[in-house]
Amino acid sequence: MPIIEVKNLYKSYSRRAVLRDLNLSVEEGDHLYIVGENGTGKSTLIKLLLGLIEPDSGEIVFSKNRKTKIGYLPQQTEIQTDFPASVREVVLSGTLGGKRLPLYTARDKKLARDMMEKLNVSDIERRSFRELSGGQQQRVLLARALCATGGILLLDEPITGLDPVATAEFYRLTEQLHSEGVTIITVSHDVSCAVHYGNKILHLGHGEYFFGSSHEYAHSALGKAMLAGGHCHD
Amino acid sequence: MINELLGLFSYPFALRALLVGLLISVCAALLGTSLVLKRFSGLGDGLSHVGFGASALGLAFGVAPLYIAIPAVLLAAFGLLQLNKSGKVKGDAAIAAVSGSALAVGVTAAKLSSGMNVDINNFMFGSIYTLSGRDVLVTAVLCAVVLLLFVVFYNKLFAVTFDESFSSATGIRVSRYNALLSCLTAVTVVIGMRMLGALLISSLLVFPSLTAGRVCRSYRGVILCSLLVSVSAFLIGLIASFAFSTPPGASVVLANLVFFCVFFAVSVVMGRLKTKR
Repeated sequence: MPIIEVKNLYKSYSRRAVLRDLNLSVEEGDHLYIVGENGTGKSTLIKLLLGLIEPDSGEIVFSKNRKTKIGYLPQQTEIQTDFPASVREVVLSGTLGGKRLPLYTARDKKLARDMMEKLNVSDIERRSFRELSGGQQQRVLLARALCATGGILLLDEPITGLDPVATAEFYRLTEQLHSEGVTIITVSHDVSCAVHYGNKILHLGHGEYFFGSSHEYAHSALGKAMLAGGHCHD
Repeated sequence: MINELLGLFSYPFALRALLVGLLISVCAALLGTSLVLKRFSGLGDGLSHVGFGASALGLAFGVAPLYIAIPAVLLAAFGLLQLNKSGKVKGDAAIAAVSGSALAVGVTAAKLSSGMNVDINNFMFGSIYTLSGRDVLVTAVLCAVVLLLFVVFYNKLFAVTFDESFSSATGIRVSRYNALLSCLTAVTVVIGMRMLGALLISSLLVFPSLTAGRVCRSYRGVILCSLLVSVSAFLIGLIASFAFSTPPGASVVLANLVFFCVFFAVSVVMGRLKTKR
């Protein structure tokens, strides 16, 4: 049974349909890539998946009611990169979701410690988030996202603004998490890396879309056109 | 000198000023941190002008200014928040429009009723030495409420201030906490107006956290440091106003300015040392 199933989803803004009759399913352990040009509804789909907005019609079904349990990595532009906050404070804030009492328990602190360990940011836990490099900031935000989730990560254009070394490191990290059983949904512009790392592709276009395995995508007309000449970095 | 100062605080009016000032300094420092970090510093300024307008109206109609100012400012805070959220009018433009209108209403009301008298002057620049025992009580209660709510929701306020989209994705009701923040700010602005006046209160919100942000690296550090800065600047300003007969509100703001300059210089020096290492 899929852990996320999107059925006949329809969403429009001021009468213009952004998403029309969208169907897709995410199984446990999938790495789904969502690609497509700007304005084809990628961010709308993210907001729908996160439950921030409601669809006009259709539904998104989560198994085991995981709705509040997606670990979200927002686009860098939405985060305040000059904010005085320590790494530890940022990671801990990931454990807050859906809690009644807004206090950190010993379990929250342990979870945050474990996730910092996992993402190799324990040694910088007292440093200020704003002083870190782009790659370090992404690792901290991944640790925070992992604190918030039971097993689904939603990464919104995670490599934008990262230098090549940090980008490679980021791909390595998400691969590692994926191999540990974390289900990942990545929104990206990089189609060749999407085919390389993802097992499923959702390509949103104006009016139509493609959803299928990355193998099918690479051999579809659309996929061939998109992949022409492009190679993922390794 | 010290004996003189201690002697001064044996006068009830000076003691009341000290108490109210300290309480307001604490609240302003706490809330200001979120406002500054959310780039919403203009809110305090806009709300203080609404507070002035409402107080002047209250005076004209013979209602106690505080009782009309608190609901009016709360309403304005919610209105500005909604406007900002709907995206129809940009935040800074909305605040400018609202604060100008409120000021105009207040000045007109004052002129038509009693003229620009002492009360109006006090609304603008504060009247920290004319506080009654009742004022102290009201301030203490309101400050206690602000403090309690801030402490209870500290972690969530941090999360919401740092990253709204992540917070709402994890199920935190972001708009609820933004509303809470606006509410607490509104209350602090109104009671702070008694001390610093409508024209100066917003600087008490902004300065301490701006100063602390120069050197502190964690959110908790900024909060604690801005508390310290706020309280020290108030004490220094108050004492200076006694010693040199300067206006108390302005003296407190100037003390804040000095703190900011010192911290700024320290941050520049620290930055230089770091790059040399």
